[in-house]
Amino acid sequence: MPKQLLNKENIAWLASAIVIFLVCSVLMNAGIINSYYQITLYNICINIILAVSLNLVIGICGQFSLGHAGFMCIGAYSAGIVTKMMPNLGGLFLGLLVGFVISAIVALIVSIPTLRLKGDYLAIATLGFAEIIRIIVQNMKITNGAAGLSGIPRLTTWPLLIIGVVIALVVVCNFTRSAPGRACLSIREDEIASEAMGINTTRYKVIAFVIGAILASMAGALFACNFYVINPTQFTFNRSIDILVMVVFGGMGSMTSSVIAAAAIGILNMILQNFSDIRMIIYGLALVIIMIFKPSGLLGTKEFSFKKLFQKRKGNR
Amino acid sequence: MSQFLQQVINGLSLGSIYALIALGYTMVYGIIKLINFAHGDIYMLGAYVAFITTTYFGFSFFPAMIASMVVCGILGVLIERIAYKPLRHATRIAALITAIGVSYVLEYTTQYVMGSEVKTYPTLLSNVSFSLGPVTISMQQVYIFTITIVLMIALQLIIKKTKMGRAMRAVSVDEDAAKLMGINVDTTISFTFLLGSSLAGVAGILVGIYYNSIDPLMGMVPGLKAFIAAVFGGIGSVPGAMIGGLFIGIAETMVVAYGSSLYRDAIVYLILILILIIKPDGLLGKNQREKV
Repeated sequence: MPKQLLNKENIAWLASAIVIFLVCSVLMNAGIINSYYQITLYNICINIILAVSLNLVIGICGQFSLGHAGFMCIGAYSAGIVTKMMPNLGGLFLGLLVGFVISAIVALIVSIPTLRLKGDYLAIATLGFAEIIRIIVQNMKITNGAAGLSGIPRLTTWPLLIIGVVIALVVVCNFTRSAPGRACLSIREDEIASEAMGINTTRYKVIAFVIGAILASMAGALFACNFYVINPTQFTFNRSIDILVMVVFGGMGSMTSSVIAAAAIGILNMILQNFSDIRMIIYGLALVIIMIFKPSGLLGTKEFSFKKLFQKRKGNR
Repeated sequence: MSQFLQQVINGLSLGSIYALIALGYTMVYGIIKLINFAHGDIYMLGAYVAFITTTYFGFSFFPAMIASMVVCGILGVLIERIAYKPLRHATRIAALITAIGVSYVLEYTTQYVMGSEVKTYPTLLSNVSFSLGPVTISMQQVYIFTITIVLMIALQLIIKKTKMGRAMRAVSVDEDAAKLMGINVDTTISFTFLLGSSLAGVAGILVGIYYNSIDPLMGMVPGLKAFIAAVFGGIGSVPGAMIGGLFIGIAETMVVAYGSSLYRDAIVYLILILILIIKPDGLLGKNQREKV
């Protein structure tokens, strides 16, 4: 049976995306989601893209990267510089494209030597690369050094964000179910065994890493065009950890849980805004406690799927 | 030439502080294969303990140093018992994330209790300097270097000559076999954390004196650099940590002196990436074959 693009579950997914989009738009227009909540909502969307893209690297491929902020930084600066010259939607797309190309090239350069490393060495190497990216950005003329870029036109809109989230989710979920995606899963489960089965482990790790980097740069571009101002201190090691926290809280390898965790942490951040020290202590404790009692994250690798839902309902009948 | 020598002297004193922190990383990594991200924060706490004991209780340098060592050592053991022990057989990623979590708790608890502002460190050692030919050496640098060397030799003696040291080496080679030989693995690992953390405590007070200021987030970057020093020297090797620390310290001061201070951190990460690509086992590390 040929696979239909518009089967029941795909329509259900599309419908739910449209419903979320419309509900939030109506609420925003009606002023129920005021500008304060709107910032949180936009942040959540950007964080979802980041969490999902990091989850591809950590959860699906099992490669521990601590350098996601570096790629976000590349995306943010590319979009910031281009849109300052071309303050319209075309500029944003051009900026996105530039960001994709640069981050893909950088990801290739970073990943080919470092992905031969394992586990914690890889984590430190990616961390080092991300810091180098940040330091280079901090010392370049075009990026305006440590002061950062300001006056970036505000081009990120709610429809664009939703499209970004949907693209990120579709890319990652489809990749996971493709042949390279399954190769990545097997690398996560056992690298030596998958190598013995004839999988070119480095190649698939690089593919996953590059896709993750491109998606992170997309999130960075949306971030830059949302906040007017970007500077290198926004893309430190701490940002990478923030993204990591979302992936870990939700569950490594589950996109549903990344989305939920990004949303929950976004709301939690808004509530605890005035207690930033306590918030960080809570995060730290939560990381330790989750790792001790449920190392696979709160939801593990469980995914929400309409297919299962439909089957269950059929079964009940 | 005289400027070069001067930079070498400065680099040596900075490097010996890195070396002290690197020792903790290298011992812990050698024994349980965990990058103890919280180690940099233990060193930060060491600086704070010495700050509190000297400012509020009027301790002089050596009692304050002992106090830092004791507090940090106990803290290291507590962290190991509470956070790392349940995860000893979990995946490496899980252990690493726990370490990051512990590091967050230490940093922000300190920030919550002590405030986030930079604190000025009391002058504990005389900062008289004297000239030795073309270079100027301050007494602080002499103290830092001497203390580091003495501790390093003491550590080497503990590891090579005592029963506990032999147990540590045994556990780092093969935990299960060590257990079968009647070694108490838990105690040995705790002892490793005790040693490493108390050295980090000393590094904390030394860096406080050297830079004159401390803040709750000061542990992160030097912690990473010390880890890089440990990797450079060959992780698991005590002399390697010393060489790595001194090398990183000198490289960093040279970049500041002859290049741009903006790139002082970048050079360290560059060294890390180069060493990982060229010789991942480090200078003095043993080549370990992968076992299936």
